[in-house]
Amino acid sequence: MSNLLGHYNYWIVIVLMMTGFYIVIARPNLIKKVIGLFIFQTSVFILFISMAKIEGGTAPIIAEGISVYSNPLPHVLILTAIVVSLATTALGLALIVRIMEAYGTTNEDEIHVQDEQD
Amino acid sequence: MSPEITLLACIALPLLAPALITALHRWPNPREAVTLLTSGGLFLLVLSLHHLVLQGTRPAINIAEPIPGLKIGFEIEPLGMLFALLASFLWLVTSVYSIGYMRSHHESRQTSFYSYFAVALGSVMGIAFAGNLFTLFIFYELLTLSTYPLVTHAGGDNAREGGRMYLGYLLGSSIILLLLAIVWTWSLTGTLDFRAGGILEGTVTPGVASLLLVLFIFGIGKAAVIPFHLWLPAAMVAPTPVSALLHAVAVVKAGVFTVLKVAIYIFGIDFLAQVPATQWLTYVAVATILLASLVALRQDNLKLLLAWSTISQLSYIVLCALLITPLGIVGGGLHIVMHAFAKITLFFCAGAIIVTTHKTRISEMNGIGRRMPWTMAAFTIGALSMIGLPPTAGFISKWYILLGAIDAQQMFAVGVIIISTLLNAAYFLPIVYTAFFRSPKGNMEHGLKDTHGEAPVAILLAITVTALGTIVLFFFPDLPLDLVLQLAGESK
Amino acid sequence: MLLANLPALQVVIPLVSAPLCLLLRNPRHAWAWATLVSTMVLAVAVMLAQRVYAEGTISYAIGAWATPWGIEYRIDMAGALMILLIAAIGAVIMPYARRSIRHEIARKHITLFYTSYLLCLTGLLGIVVTGDAFNLFVFLEISSLSSYVLISLGSTRRALTAAFQYLVMGTIGATFILIGVGLLYMMTGTLNMTDLAQRLPEVTDTRTIRVAFAFVTVGVSIKLALFPLHIWLPNAYTFAPSVVSAFMAATATKAGVYVLLRLFFTVFGSEFSFTAMHVGEILMLLAFAAILVASLVAVFENNVKRMLAYSSVAQIGYTILGISLASTAGVTAGIIYLVNHALIKGALFLALGCVFLRLGSVTLKDMHGLARHMPWTMAAFVAGGLSLIGMPLTAGFISKWYLVSAVLAAGYWPLAVLVLVSSLLALIYIWRVVEAAYFNVPGAAMHKVKEAPASMLIPVWLLIGVNLYVGIDASLIFSMAQQAADTLIGQALQ
Repeated sequence: MSNLLGHYNYWIVIVLMMTGFYIVIARPNLIKKVIGLFIFQTSVFILFISMAKIEGGTAPIIAEGISVYSNPLPHVLILTAIVVSLATTALGLALIVRIMEAYGTTNEDEIHVQDEQD
Repeated sequence: MSPEITLLACIALPLLAPALITALHRWPNPREAVTLLTSGGLFLLVLSLHHLVLQGTRPAINIAEPIPGLKIGFEIEPLGMLFALLASFLWLVTSVYSIGYMRSHHESRQTSFYSYFAVALGSVMGIAFAGNLFTLFIFYELLTLSTYPLVTHAGGDNAREGGRMYLGYLLGSSIILLLLAIVWTWSLTGTLDFRAGGILEGTVTPGVASLLLVLFIFGIGKAAVIPFHLWLPAAMVAPTPVSALLHAVAVVKAGVFTVLKVAIYIFGIDFLAQVPATQWLTYVAVATILLASLVALRQDNLKLLLAWSTISQLSYIVLCALLITPLGIVGGGLHIVMHAFAKITLFFCAGAIIVTTHKTRISEMNGIGRRMPWTMAAFTIGALSMIGLPPTAGFISKWYILLGAIDAQQMFAVGVIIISTLLNAAYFLPIVYTAFFRSPKGNMEHGLKDTHGEAPVAILLAITVTALGTIVLFFFPDLPLDLVLQLAGESK
Repeated sequence: MLLANLPALQVVIPLVSAPLCLLLRNPRHAWAWATLVSTMVLAVAVMLAQRVYAEGTISYAIGAWATPWGIEYRIDMAGALMILLIAAIGAVIMPYARRSIRHEIARKHITLFYTSYLLCLTGLLGIVVTGDAFNLFVFLEISSLSSYVLISLGSTRRALTAAFQYLVMGTIGATFILIGVGLLYMMTGTLNMTDLAQRLPEVTDTRTIRVAFAFVTVGVSIKLALFPLHIWLPNAYTFAPSVVSAFMAATATKAGVYVLLRLFFTVFGSEFSFTAMHVGEILMLLAFAAILVASLVAVFENNVKRMLAYSSVAQIGYTILGISLASTAGVTAGIIYLVNHALIKGALFLALGCVFLRLGSVTLKDMHGLARHMPWTMAAFVAGGLSLIGMPLTAGFISKWYLVSAVLAAGYWPLAVLVLVSSLLALIYIWRVVEAAYFNVPGAAMHKVKEAPASMLIPVWLLIGVNLYVGIDASLIFSMAQQAADTLIGQALQ
């Protein structure tokens, strides 16, 4: 039991990841898809950051009397990943704007119908 | 010129001729002169190599090595020499014929016709002189591709359908079966060189060898062994000169030539005797001989009849390769030549009839011999040779094939050859009879009125040469015979 | 100084040039700039490849931060071959792009196009040169994001949905890779690939590593469009601008395959990947399905661009088939297949771009009788098609030969039959185009159609020429591929 709850951060990650994944797959609305994608990515960021935490560790700044630090590298990596994720989201939304202009809808099913008619 | 250079020239000359032919596309006469000069020059070049080969020289040269250990290289041995001589001589004759045919028939796109024809002949030279199986395969495929535009020359739906069959069968069989057999041989033995006595012996079990033999025999689709034969009737949509040279001589003979080469130089006759599949494949060849003859019996379209007859005759040669006796090899080698002369004569005659009368059906040819005596006389000579009667070349080769079969103690095969001879007579003699002894009035039923005379001179000239050749080869078979005897001597 | 920093320059040159390109508002200037940069990139790639060929693997520490703490750029033979391929394709398509892009993309977007193109080039080259797992993810995303943009610039609105679909799938794939990298880091505390390879054996028998392996493999498989994760590819290639289809078909999926090679052999080691995880059997099965299914779909496709896209899916299957054998011969065959297929598909898509330029369509119906009006373009298409089928004297034959021998040597002869049978399927779909272009009577609209301009034909024929050259003399490509395979598999043995 303690083993299950002891890794509660993983449970959060998994729930978030599945939520995001489900939205991406199941929602026909393109904007919701992008949101789902964002949640999906965020879950991974949490995975990275939570594993950098060391119990009793503090921010990695050298100071008197402190010998245990959290691992700073995952933070740095995730900063980069957040930038990537932001770019992806921005690009996705930009595409949706163009799709809205071209199709007059952001609903995937309706877009399919229009494509069939072409 | 050193023999090696001559060898390369033999392959390069026809492959380069299209450049000149295309450049001269506005001037038909110089354009045709290029074809004639190339084919004549090629024949002389090949001929100049002939005595060297008879003396036992084996000119060889490698030009490239696409894959380490696999060279594109050439080497002349007696069988290749024979095939090259045959193809280059008949190309010259066919060129004369083509000029008569294409002009009388007002065919379109003649420039591309002559260009692809030359490329096809270049590929045939490459096949004939190939020094290893890899090189042979390259030119084998090149031949298929370069003849595709010729087969579909007429354009339109019929040509497209015929072309599909042609390409589908030939490329399909060669890519799936032949290439697999070649790569497999390569991975087993590490070489693809043609060596007297074969390269497979000692490296494979009889079981694997059987499988390889099956892959080879069926994979060489150009040999038209049942069930890979349907491309040949389909290819009859081609203009007649194409059918004549390519589908009576160059393409189909390239197939059986490859079969012989594989039997002699990859398997080796001795090893072939130990391969269980050999006997089984003999039955397939025999079945092809008989079935194709039976189908030919039922044909009314003259070109189709000739095509089915070709399928039957090709399997004679495949049978020879599988008889695994030196005499069988002699018979097979000779039959390549003898059948070629007779069959090309017959195709020439069929073409002459199409050009002059626009008739393709035998039932419309009543009394045609009276208006075209010269053509039909040549046809008769060709027909006699197909049956194997003296004084025609067909007799000689059939004689050796029978000897080979007896030598191999395949009485079954002997019986089949005799039955097939009767069948040949049964479908060729009625045509001769129709042409000479039926009244032309029979044609009135078809609403036809005959006003035509003989075929154009260029056509008649070509027909005469090949018909005479058929007779001359009966009396003087020395040239091909010497070469195949040398081959049989080597393969022991 | 310059020479020592070649590995960095390989990536930095296009990376820095991209924003500069954005400043050039004039489309013509942007094109000239991109062409110049592509040429420079190619020059760097050639020099790098020469060095690797002569001296062996190059290791370069970015900013002189010592490995494994800093980011390492590491170029071995496989990498050298890949950067050479990517840079060469990039340089060859640039002269072609000018006319094609002017025709297919709105004037105001042209500068953006070249900027994205340079970024995409950066990403692809970065994927190859980097020796750092996280850096790999970043470059993968750079190339992916820019290729979403490139695809969305296609001339129909369906390009937008195709790009969006790719964006969703690509991001999921990238995130999977990120998860895998994270788990690896969790277990080993390093991101440097060489370092990872050394530390992994200690922890190899844990569930975390197996999960990481699975995540990374699936993620990369999405990027390289391995069946059945290929569904983004047909739409993306069909609706992207012609130049982009050619570029992506020749480089993007290939870079994905390269990443897979790196992971299986360098990072995880073939012992773990193939023996413990049985990835070979799985890949073989998927490759089998890819070859068969995608070829069959291609046979029934009427849009030629889509036909070639499905053909690409099948051809990726061939490459993966070679790799799945996990033998030196198999990996060599896979690498040769990868390079040759890039040459073939690049040429075919470019030829199709010429058709699109003049015809405004690439459906079979509209291409009736085209050969009379565009003889050179169609001749190039036929030559490329023959190479795709695997006719002798073309690059396609060489790759098929090696693949079939490798498969036979491994004892899987039914697979060898499959490879050859699907060549026949390639014959069928290529011949449908040939028949349409050569046998059918041209429609009324065809009279205005002219041959494509020389600036587009020359790149097409250049690639065809390389195809034919490789068909006659494949020794260089073979020795490079074999060295690459040796290095990859050798590393695994250490």
